[in-house]
Amino acid sequence: MVILNNITKTYNKGNTIAVDDVSFSVGKGELFGLIGPDGAGKTSIFRVLTTLLLPDGGSATVDGCDVVIDYKKIRSQVGYMPGKFSLYQDLTVEENLNFFATIFNTTIKENYELIKEIYVQIEPFKNRRAEKLSGGMKQKLALCCALIHKPTVLFLDEPTTGVDAVSRKEFWEMLKRLKEQGITILVSTPYMDEATLCDRIALIQTGKIMSIDTPNNIVKAYSGTLYKIKSDMMNKLSNDLHSYENMLSCYAFGEYLHLSFKNENEHFEKELMNILKEKGHQQIEFERTIPTIEDCFIKLMSSSG
Amino acid sequence: MKESVIKTEKLTKRFGDFVAVNEISFEVFKGEVFGFLGANGAGKTTAMRMLCGLSVPSSGIATVAGFDVFKQTENIKRNIGYMSQKFSLYEDLTVLENIRFFGGIYGLSDKQLKEKSSELVLTLGLQNETKKLVGALPLGWKQKLAFSVAIIHQPKIVFLDEPTGGVDPVTRRQFWDLIYEAANSGITIFVTTHYMDEAEYCNRVSMMVDGSIKALDSPSNLKKQFSATSMDEVFFELARGAKRGE
Repeated sequence: MVILNNITKTYNKGNTIAVDDVSFSVGKGELFGLIGPDGAGKTSIFRVLTTLLLPDGGSATVDGCDVVIDYKKIRSQVGYMPGKFSLYQDLTVEENLNFFATIFNTTIKENYELIKEIYVQIEPFKNRRAEKLSGGMKQKLALCCALIHKPTVLFLDEPTTGVDAVSRKEFWEMLKRLKEQGITILVSTPYMDEATLCDRIALIQTGKIMSIDTPNNIVKAYSGTLYKIKSDMMNKLSNDLHSYENMLSCYAFGEYLHLSFKNENEHFEKELMNILKEKGHQQIEFERTIPTIEDCFIKLMSSSG
Repeated sequence: MKESVIKTEKLTKRFGDFVAVNEISFEVFKGEVFGFLGANGAGKTTAMRMLCGLSVPSSGIATVAGFDVFKQTENIKRNIGYMSQKFSLYEDLTVLENIRFFGGIYGLSDKQLKEKSSELVLTLGLQNETKKLVGALPLGWKQKLAFSVAIIHQPKIVFLDEPTGGVDPVTRRQFWDLIYEAANSGITIFVTTHYMDEAEYCNRVSMMVDGSIKALDSPSNLKKQFSATSMDEVFFELARGAKRGE
């Protein structure tokens, strides 16, 4: 449904490489996530695919249409929700929706079924101007406007950034139901915990894709063993662990530290415990843990320098 | 006796009929890392604005760094630092210009400014970048610089409004190292975040729902209280009942 071949995008006369030779494809009806921090190149990729930016190199197609040649066709077929709220602030909820429906030669009535579930939540405020909406309601209106012409592919650029954990969960449930209706969805997010909600993900950093696969396979591909640890003195635990020369990596992860070792011979656990007891740590909890996507991202970042 | 840096009693803010912040009472102590969490629309921003001396409360009592939020807002502003992901530094000023600008705003003398800028540049390892525009720095450096600038005047307390949004996982952790360093030097940290793993890094956490503080304790006590295994679950338990929502 979406195919990128060696797409490159630079700014500042080629001095800033935003997207660096990126290739991937998204299948029909797939929920595909671009996972990476600010500045990774997520928005540039979206803008190339939605024909708002010309790539410097490579080619890409959306639903069989070339992003450079068939840009008009793509624009009429896809839905795009930019990261920045881009509806008309001085139009009401209903006026905004009507406006976008009209632009795409359709009516709210015609595709109401598709947006119904989301729209009923903001319908009580349909006469309110968009600028007066709360963040969560704006987000729902923007999604309705991106869907009103029944797009074949939906591009959502960081729809959950700055949104609290509960609303984020609700938003992902909406996406799942849209996917069930056969819409292909490309979504980007800086929240690593959302990665597991996608069918497949690309982990992206400084314009380069570090890994593409299902979330499960990315976790499976994590090489080495990851452990978690905590003690009664968390504030000095990290420093004390770094004095153990067998330590490969060690970083905070919620209430625990996550760590991995260079060499896991039969003594290493005993050695580790001895060091920590010497330093006065008590109530030590130490066990193997399953890596999360965030652990994988951190590992990939360190190995790519 | 712990020294309290923020103290509020039934602090309230109304906009017409709407009670944005409803009688919140809490205390934050010197050198503490205090997480101020809540759903969107719960009233966090309004509460923070009152504590920073930017919005006059409708009723209640509060002191910040020993100053009254009704009468001594200018003293408050001089004794606090502020940083957010959305507003931190001027991208079109150089590193040095930003340090001088914010240092000047916070009332540092020329002599202090000189000392502080060179000290700051050295600790951050930015010696070769002082004349570069901040907009050209990698995000991680920008964040560290923004935080260092927010505490350049050694404030009693620094307010961090979602300081790590959109930052990569490695930089996010380095940023928390800086937070701990500042806390160890006696600066109180007041921080909001949507990353629930970061709630675990706070000494104590408050959870705001529909304008009220519904829970306040250390992460481990909160988890016990709600029989939860993570702060994520605690948050869901509390925020799911939110009426206001967004």
